[in-house]
Amino acid sequence: MKLLTDLEAIRTLTQARLDNRRITGESPDSISFRSVMVCGGTGCTSSDSNQIIAKLNQEIAGHGIQRQVEVVRTGCFGLCELGPVVIVYPEGIFYSRVEVQDIPKLVETHLLQGKPYEKKIYEKTKQDGEILNFEETEFYKKQVRIALHNCGVIDPENIDEYIGSDGYQALDKVLKTMSRQEVIDTMKQSGLRGRGGGGFNTGLKWEFAAKQDKEQKYVICNADEGDPGAFMDRSILEGNPHSVIEAMAIAGYAIGSNQGFIYVRAEYPIAVQRFMKALEQAREYELLGDNILGTGFSFNIDVRLGAGAFVCGEETALIHSIEGHRGMPTPKPPFPAVQGLWGQPTIINNVETLANVAQIILKGAPWYASIGTEKSKGTKVFALGGKVVNTGLVEVPMGITLREVIFEIGGGIPGGKKFKAVQTGGPSGGCLTEEHLDCTIDFDTLTSLGSMMGSGGMIIMDEDTCMVDVARFYLDFTRDESCGKCTPCRIGTKRLLELLDKITEGKGSLDDLEKLENLSVQIKNASLCALGQTAPNPVLSTIKYFREEYLAHIEGHKCPAGVCKSLISYEIDPDLCRGCSLCAKKCPTDAISGELKEPFVIDTAVCIKCGVCFDVCKFEAVAIV
Amino acid sequence: MEQQASSCVGVAEADEKLMKVQSAISQFKMIKGALIPVLHEIQDIYGYLPEPVLQIVSAELNLPMSEIYGVASFYHFFSLTPKGENVVHLCLGTACYIKGAQGILDRLSTELKVPVQGTTEDNKFTLEATRCLGACGLAPVMTIGEKVHGRLAPNNIPVILKEYK
Ligand SMILES: Cc1cc2nc3c(=O)[nH]c(=O)nc-3n(C[C@H](O)[C@H](O)[C@H](O)COP(=O)(O)O)c2cc1C
Ligand code: SF4
Ligand code: SF4
Ligand code: FES
Ligand code: FES
Repeated sequence: MKLLTDLEAIRTLTQARLDNRRITGESPDSISFRSVMVCGGTGCTSSDSNQIIAKLNQEIAGHGIQRQVEVVRTGCFGLCELGPVVIVYPEGIFYSRVEVQDIPKLVETHLLQGKPYEKKIYEKTKQDGEILNFEETEFYKKQVRIALHNCGVIDPENIDEYIGSDGYQALDKVLKTMSRQEVIDTMKQSGLRGRGGGGFNTGLKWEFAAKQDKEQKYVICNADEGDPGAFMDRSILEGNPHSVIEAMAIAGYAIGSNQGFIYVRAEYPIAVQRFMKALEQAREYELLGDNILGTGFSFNIDVRLGAGAFVCGEETALIHSIEGHRGMPTPKPPFPAVQGLWGQPTIINNVETLANVAQIILKGAPWYASIGTEKSKGTKVFALGGKVVNTGLVEVPMGITLREVIFEIGGGIPGGKKFKAVQTGGPSGGCLTEEHLDCTIDFDTLTSLGSMMGSGGMIIMDEDTCMVDVARFYLDFTRDESCGKCTPCRIGTKRLLELLDKITEGKGSLDDLEKLENLSVQIKNASLCALGQTAPNPVLSTIKYFREEYLAHIEGHKCPAGVCKSLISYEIDPDLCRGCSLCAKKCPTDAISGELKEPFVIDTAVCIKCGVCFDVCKFEAVAIV
Repeated sequence: MEQQASSCVGVAEADEKLMKVQSAISQFKMIKGALIPVLHEIQDIYGYLPEPVLQIVSAELNLPMSEIYGVASFYHFFSLTPKGENVVHLCLGTACYIKGAQGILDRLSTELKVPVQGTTEDNKFTLEATRCLGACGLAPVMTIGEKVHGRLAPNNIPVILKEYK
């Protein structure tokens, strides 16, 4: 139905519309058209961005200015913590924590009178009485958006907008002007390495599969995103789903496959729904299916929902899961590229990896390779979380330092607290400290420090975080998620967890510390898949960099951060207590007693250390000791 | 009389659900690896995987019950027991944990008077801990049904739960 010429026509038409969505620096009174971008990512949707859109449309219609304004629901802008986020072009004004009741005033002030609506302007865009556009803020300034480039700019549910932003042009170029080998060579030269954790060269992986002389081959997109604390894949699927579809088709062409699968978590309903919608549109435009763009190349994509098993992100386990079995890993070789889904050559790529592909084809391998470091090219998306001011999604060039990401982009540690550690690589990774802040972020540096790039979770910890507890947290995760196939992983992680439990309860000995280290090494060496092989990393890195903290638990029976329940107790400071009785009312175990207007006391024998009194006391009279 | 009417409705509802199951099975029967997509559909329809329905799946897909149980019990997302009206999923992913999710969980547990995985006596709530809901920017986060509640503090819990009582 839609063919080459149609694609060009759509591109030209939509491009003009998308052109409105940039910061022009025009003076407010000469602006005749505005684009109001409302975030429709998971974070903002959960704080009612859909109602905001409805109200915006209603108010705009009420004022009869539909022709001067467009309202667009986009993917995530990255600063989800400030959601719901609204950005107005061409000024680039950033509104945060917008509520439905703000809309009438916002429409009147900004869209009718051309004056920014002060009340909801993001604080950090205000500088010396002036309002900066959002791109000038610390959070966005240092970012380079390649994988995320359409997130927050286009309506992900409208294929025309993707096409207008050069979408499906890379597929068109590949199918019409490049040989399969040329595509693979381009990918190899770009230096793109897998963003799903392993960091394997993407072009090489494709080449292995391409070389297999088999009739049927498969392309799988790994959208399982099991890493707790990472949401880049989700945001890409929600904000720019067609970029993944286009890349899968390009990969299919390169390796000689006509069938793709996306394995996506059932816990991501918005991502699943947007991706399905995008698939439908791509099929309707005949950009998927038979004889794509009249070139004779055919490619289809099916969706498979994950079912909440972290290990299913591992590629051989994922394959078994699609085949309908328990998702348990099998030894490699044979690699999936040789013998994968139903025994056929299969490539598995991560969502973020794929999101780079079309850009590389369009702008060329040298362009991509010029970004990043010698051995880690391009950009990486990180999910900044934990104790950092700007929690959110950032895309930065490889080679940037941890300090730049945490303190400049991330805005540092909230509440005047002290930075303590940063955890990268999720359950497979490790914790780094103050002394590593000036290290550059790339695959090899992080690994050499005992951490990992992983899929890109970056969790910041402050002085209130107990590192032994963090190690225990990760071990609890991996023990829970071990598929149980190999003994070192199944039983080893359980023993590690027991030892850590013992230490956090103040019952550990120096012997246990040594046991932890020895056992860790054995598990790493003897496990079948990377889950077991990396599970001890958080233990090893915390022991290495925070040994004193382990010793404080073991020898001093103290938790310096005040986290480990067995080692702390709650006390009411009689000098600060005003005797308001709030704590006593809220205490679930009636552990608090006293007379009104007199200091209250906690009976430590009855207290279950729930912390409710600490939370409710308005006079900071409850202390952790 | 009234009772009869309501049980009729019950039967009709049950039939409707079974029909949905049948149609899911026939939709996926032809594809390889049909079991997991079919289990997803069933969980969608019933909220869990009832044994009699799994028997039907076993017959239709020609798979032994042992294999179906093997798969169903492997994945956290599938449940073999019914759940309360509102399933509370508290995120225990890293970002949420660092921001105090444990305290929220403890509070939920105290307020609902059930441990994790437990269902309240009145069947109103099931409390579950889950890994990363992908809304880490709003940590700590929980979902009740479809609704996401973010930036939680222990004190918000009673207020939020009230909405569902
Ligand atoms: C336990 C475990 C979990 C994994 N989880 C994921 C995941 O959730 N998403 C992902 O893309 N890769 C995951 N991986 C890595 C994949 O096995 C695989 O290397 C990756 O999807 C390949 O894609 P890439 O080359 O584009 O990175 C996981 C690996 C292991 C060992
Ligand atoms: S290392 Fe652990 S997760 Fe991996 S196969 Fe062995 S038991 Fe399963
Ligand atoms: S910590 Fe909880 S149980 Fe203990 S005194 Fe405070 S409110 Fe009561
Ligand atoms: S979800 Fe709205 S900014 Fe991320
Ligand atoms: S860690 Fe809780 S939503 Fe990601």
